[in-house]
Formats: sequence, C-alpha cells, structure tokens
Amino acid sequence: MLAKRIIPCLDIKDGRTVKGVNFEGLRDAGDPVELAKRYSDEGADELVFLDITATKEKRKTLVELVKKIALKIDIPFTVGGGISSVEQIGDLLHAGADKVSLNSAIVRNPELINKASQQFGAQCIVAAVDAKQTGDQWNVYISGGSIDTGKDALEWIKEAEERGAGEILLTSMDKDGTKSGYDLDLLNAVNSFLTIPVIASGGAGTKNHCIEAVKKGSADAVLAASIFHFQKIEIDELKRSMENEGIAVRHAVNNN
Amino acid sequence: MMIAIINYEAGNLASVSNALKRLNEPHIITNNPDELNDSDGIIFPGVGHAEPAMASLKKNSLDQWLKKTNKPVLGICLGMQLLYESSEEGDSEGLGIIPGRLRKFDSSKEKVPHMGWNTFTDVDDSHPLVSSFNTSEYFYYVHSYFAPVNKYTLASCCYIQDFTAVVSKDNYMGAQFHPEKSGKAGALLLQNFLSYVHSGSE
Repeated sequence: MLAKRIIPCLDIKDGRTVKGVNFEGLRDAGDPVELAKRYSDEGADELVFLDITATKEKRKTLVELVKKIALKIDIPFTVGGGISSVEQIGDLLHAGADKVSLNSAIVRNPELINKASQQFGAQCIVAAVDAKQTGDQWNVYISGGSIDTGKDALEWIKEAEERGAGEILLTSMDKDGTKSGYDLDLLNAVNSFLTIPVIASGGAGTKNHCIEAVKKGSADAVLAASIFHFQKIEIDELKRSMENEGIAVRHAVNNN
Repeated sequence: MMIAIINYEAGNLASVSNALKRLNEPHIITNNPDELNDSDGIIFPGVGHAEPAMASLKKNSLDQWLKKTNKPVLGICLGMQLLYESSEEGDSEGLGIIPGRLRKFDSSKEKVPHMGWNTFTDVDDSHPLVSSFNTSEYFYYVHSYFAPVNKYTLASCCYIQDFTAVVSKDNYMGAQFHPEKSGKAGALLLQNFLSYVHSGSE
C-alpha cells in the first residue's frame, strides 16, 4: 500500500542550515548534509531544502551543496527557493536533486511550469503555493509571503496542475508558525479537484496534527520543520502513532 | 569487473552513479558500444517521456546494442519500461525485449503519478535479484505508466491495480521503482544485481 510521506524541511542559507537545530550526536548541526543523513536514517521519506540565500553568486554554493547531498543521501529530495529559470532547474537536477520547488517565479511567469515540465518531466516539478485566507477565499502570496497577488489559490493550483506540475506543496500562511495544526479546510478544498499529490505544510505542532492532515485533509504527505528541529518528535515515533491510527507508513529497513 | 551506466538523454545518471559510489562499485557512464562491450553488467536508468527516450537511444544505436547483448542488464523506471514492446505514452515503440504494452494509470480513481513509497504485493524469491525480499520493504516509485503483470513478473505492486514492480527475462531485469532512491532496501536490490553480475564474470 502506498505510504503517506513524512518530509522534514531544512532552511539553507549560504550553504548552511539555519534555525536552531539542536540534535545530539551531530558534529556540526549547521551542516545540511549531516542533518539530512540523520533525518534519512531516522526514517524521513523525503527531504526538502529551502534556500533562503539572497545573492546570485552564493547560489553557486547551492549547486555544490546539492551535489554533496546527492552523494550521501539515498532518499528523494527537493530543492526550492528563488528558482526562476529552466537553466537553474537544469543545474539543480543535474547536480542530483530529484525535484525542484517553484513558487514566486511561476506566479510571475506561469509558462515556466510548462517549459520545465516538458523538458524535465512533471515528476520533478513541485508547485509551491503560499495561501492565506482573505475574505471568503484563499489568496496566493509570493516573495516569502510578503506580497498578496490577489490570485485565488484554488484557481491557481488548478492552473499549475494543468500546466504540468507533478505535485503541490501547499503552505497555509494562516497556520504557518502557529503549531495549531494544518489548515484542513484548505487541504480539503484543494483535494476536491486535484489529481496530483499534495504535501501539507504550515501549522504542525503535534503528532496528532500530522494524523489529522492525512485522515481529515487527505494529504499525501506532511511537511514540517520545527516539530523535528525543536520539539524533538522522532520521525519513527510519529510514524508509529500514524500507523496506530490506520495510516500506511514506511518503516526503514534496519540491516545494520 | 566493471559496471556501465548507459548514457543517453533520459537517464538520471547522477543518482545511479551516486548509489554505486555508496556501494563502492567501480563504474563508467558511457554511450560508447566498445566500452559497453568491455563491461560486465549494464544499468539502464531513465526518467521522463518514453518517446524522446527511444529516439535518444536510436540516435546512438544503443537500441540495437541493448537488444543484442547477453550481459546482465538492469533497467530502472523508464529504463525498465523501455524493455517492453510498446507504451500508451505517445503510442511509442519500446525495445521489444519483454512482451507487453505499458498502460496509463486511471487518474479518475486515484492520484497520478503513483508517487511515493510502496511495498510488493507478491514476490518470487527464487530469483537472485529479489531473493532477499518479502512484502514488508518499501521502495520509492514515481510513474504514470505501468507494466501489466505477466509471466515475466518477479514482483508485483498494487496502486489502483496490480502491476509489475520487478521483471526478468533471460539476462534482462528491470525495476519500476528507483532502487537508487529507496534507502537501504533499494541499496540491497542494487547489491543483489551486482552480486549476480559478479557471479557470472568470475
């Protein structure tokens, strides 16, 4: 049975992880490769690396980092943050990323989804959408949540799917950082028409929130950062709780 | 003893090469028939669309080489799919090594692509490629087209319906999932293939 995926998200700045990651046993908690390996060993099903580096020169560091991650990590990983051209997508995929996540650039230039999907395949194009409730709809925000585009998020997600996105990474800005649970209404609204997988993001605070996102919101995967970084919810422990609720999860082979 | 990864435009070459590096397995990435002839086992990866992938193989006559070789070949994902006769994807021709036609998942029933980790529903553990597996290990899949189960199926998987997860005919083997991205279980399958190659070249 197809397992629901647990996806830790790592923020990267200038080639290092940011946020106060505090794992025991890591020589260097800021090293994305080491942290990624740790998550992978603990049973993460996929990883997302979000680059928040601002300058173009420093983005070369990202490609080098992706090469290092790809050499060490044997589960799929997505790279996102500031990607705006087919050329950049190609560089990251050739460096070993399995998928790229596109956000502001595809809102400004929706044709980029078609081009990237045709060239590299829909399976590696993740459309990331930051949605915030505005009146009786959800609006699409870009530039790290700083600009309200006025676009209806549900219509935009439908368009992204039609243009060739292979997956939707859906972040609720209302819930992000609140630790009060994923936005189940938003997830349900999106899942009512979507035929590609959706990754729920924003709001995870407890194991139960992840269970709800899957059982009540029909999420195909749940993404979280802080519950793994700060609150020390073990991935395997989360998976056991999900399994007890009847959700199919993958337990990593332990042949050490 | 050398493994060759076939180099053509639809290959996810870096991922497979990285997986072999993690297994300390010497390998080359090549589209040169002489180098392929000198190797002991072939890995035939692939992502993307069947039609341009076949066109890319034909450009270098790699299709003819693959059809004629008696070396162990492991097709991965689209590489496995191209071993079959044809595909609904662009109504394209395959290499025709394994009988059967690839079909598209019915997206009115479940989300397509079939993306994520899934188990075998059935596995023939008499074949060395899958002898170490049962139905508890998870492998990572990303695909919209599938090979129906037939007599060459070594392991099946279920998503919307049963389909071929691992296949074997003569010296040709194939995996629909990505062993290079399937954690320890995937590494074990690759190791099984390498052991099979080693046993034949001694």
